[in-house]
Amino acid sequence: MDPIIILAAGVGTGTVLLFATLGEIFAERSGVMNLGVEGMMLVGAMSAYSVAVSTGNPWLGALVAMFAAGLLSQVHAYIVITLQADQVVSGLALTFLGSGISLVLGEGLSKAGAISLLPNFSIPLLSQIPLLGPIFFTSQSVMVYIGYIFAPLAWYYINHTRPGMHLRAVGEHPAAADALGINVYLTRYLYVFVGGMLAGLAGATISLAVAPGWFSEMTTSGQGWIAVGLVIFAQWDPFRAVVGSYAFGALRRLILDIQGPAVLFGGPNPFYLNPYWSFFLQMIPYAFTIIVLIIGSREAMRKRLGAPAALGTPYIRGERGL
Amino acid sequence: MTTAPSTSTRKRALRLHIEPRLDEPPRWYPAAVSVGAIVIALVLGGILITFAGGDAVRSYLHIAKASFGSLGVLSDTIVKATPILLTTLACSVAFRMKQWNIGAEGQFIMGAWGASAIVLAPVLPAETSPWIFIPVMILAGMVCGALWGLIPGYLKAKFRVNEIISTLMMNYIAIAWVNFWVFAVWTEGGFQMSPKFPQNAWLPRLLDYSQKIPLFSGLTTHFGLVLGIVAAVIIWFVIYRSRWGYEIRLIGDNPQAAQYAGINITRNTILVMMLSGALAGLGGMSEVTGVIHRLQTTPIAAGYGFTGIIVAWLSKLNPIAAIFVSILFGALLLAGREIQPSGVPKMIQGVILVCLIASDFLLRYRVSITREEA
Repeated sequence: MDPIIILAAGVGTGTVLLFATLGEIFAERSGVMNLGVEGMMLVGAMSAYSVAVSTGNPWLGALVAMFAAGLLSQVHAYIVITLQADQVVSGLALTFLGSGISLVLGEGLSKAGAISLLPNFSIPLLSQIPLLGPIFFTSQSVMVYIGYIFAPLAWYYINHTRPGMHLRAVGEHPAAADALGINVYLTRYLYVFVGGMLAGLAGATISLAVAPGWFSEMTTSGQGWIAVGLVIFAQWDPFRAVVGSYAFGALRRLILDIQGPAVLFGGPNPFYLNPYWSFFLQMIPYAFTIIVLIIGSREAMRKRLGAPAALGTPYIRGERGL
Repeated sequence: MTTAPSTSTRKRALRLHIEPRLDEPPRWYPAAVSVGAIVIALVLGGILITFAGGDAVRSYLHIAKASFGSLGVLSDTIVKATPILLTTLACSVAFRMKQWNIGAEGQFIMGAWGASAIVLAPVLPAETSPWIFIPVMILAGMVCGALWGLIPGYLKAKFRVNEIISTLMMNYIAIAWVNFWVFAVWTEGGFQMSPKFPQNAWLPRLLDYSQKIPLFSGLTTHFGLVLGIVAAVIIWFVIYRSRWGYEIRLIGDNPQAAQYAGINITRNTILVMMLSGALAGLGGMSEVTGVIHRLQTTPIAAGYGFTGIIVAWLSKLNPIAAIFVSILFGALLLAGREIQPSGVPKMIQGVILVCLIASDFLLRYRVSITREEA
């Protein structure tokens, strides 16, 4: 129950949510909601682990995971962008498809034995900083450090670059973007692909770094859905996504650690005395997701902020939009 | 540089024409498209099975034989179809109003818990007559399911909380809740299951009448099927023949028009989510009292709520069509237990759903292939 350890581990597990959430932010900013994050993460986790087992190279595993999940995301892209079908149902279908494929192809993978994982290391100098050093820069996975670099880049890209502006235009007002010569369809395909790749990376982060191994659907245990919820809490802003992801990661770790010690806050630990109470602890991340959604939705209503205006609607050229 | 096309490059080419469909397609057309989508899905699924090292043709033949091959397995298929039918009705009602209730799984589990609590708490003594026991358990299952639907329904209506995510999170909470009761309170000798229910709390099965009708011996089809079919007929009338059903359909098709027409969307959101939850809860009650006869997490949380989503979509949200499609999916689940790799049924369900959604394009657009001079 050392708070430093819980926070450090929270940053580690939170990195999974961070990648998935950022990916979904990219897709939704272009106007495409992809509820298939859970399925894409499972495909990513399975293919990363599978490739790492057969080649011994975890980096290749992570790369293949990104590509495989990106490929899967294009099924959704084709159905909702070209065929203009309902994004909610298609995203659900993608979750089924992704978990089905990963279960079939991942058959027997859980018995693969020890493999080489993505490396953990400390950053010299930075790890010496009091408090922040041990939390953020001491023996974390390389994926965590990639997350530190990637999140601000994503924020800068979306808000301060020309392609980022195009991305936002396509999500807010596709007809106007089209009139400016931006290819709406191509842009949406591209960012759905980016979202898929990041979901795949999130999956690879689980199976090759944070919680190594392949445990069929328990590998992700609903984190893809939590990421979809975090996008709403983050109000489609990468920086808020960072806060939400790490907070959730720390919460998950806290729930595991709170059951250990016999004495808690100077009194007997009820979760130690009654181990079955841990089922109520297991509910907390999911209940917390709902609470976070309530906060996010209320804030959006109050500030009149919210989702990209064209989120969830197909763009049909020549039809009166919005 | 000539501007006119040269005769050598001029040739007859096939061209694809796509235009929005303005007229209503003939009645048989949507069904034909769905069947076509399933055929394509089975072919794609077969390719994936082959890719994963299985034998697609043998898998499919096995599914057919193991689910319709004899009266006994047909009965088993119907047993599997019963919970699917009820979760399908739950999803259909909610989806008709464009309420994406993904939480039928959790509502199903809570329904099973509610019904079990009547026996295990115990609310009624073990020697109660089945004529009292079963109606009370039905009521308890439906109430618990409805409560589990009420929470996301209320949050959606009052705070615009995305119901897809909230209902999904409620599924995980329901599993942890039932696990707590099964492990900590109602455990039988430390195992992760409750004691078996007394026989008066079981739904009647066909085999109970095998002394009078020898044909029924060994058939486990239970009264839940009747509950499901009655519910399907009632829901059909509610959706297509009642004022409330008209409101539900109008909100689903055009919420703004519904609002201008003075329909109370907040109230309907909450009520529809409760009805949806109650139907799924009835499914959980039927499963626990008709098949398992004890509270146990794994066979209850077997994904019926998720299969209901696909079946609802496949039956075009029509409760009567849902009866027949549920039986087909019952067959898939029943036979799928023995197929290797074990993820195959789940994957085929996913492929079918993807193909179905893609095929909707053919209902909205007219696609024709013509020969013309290029």
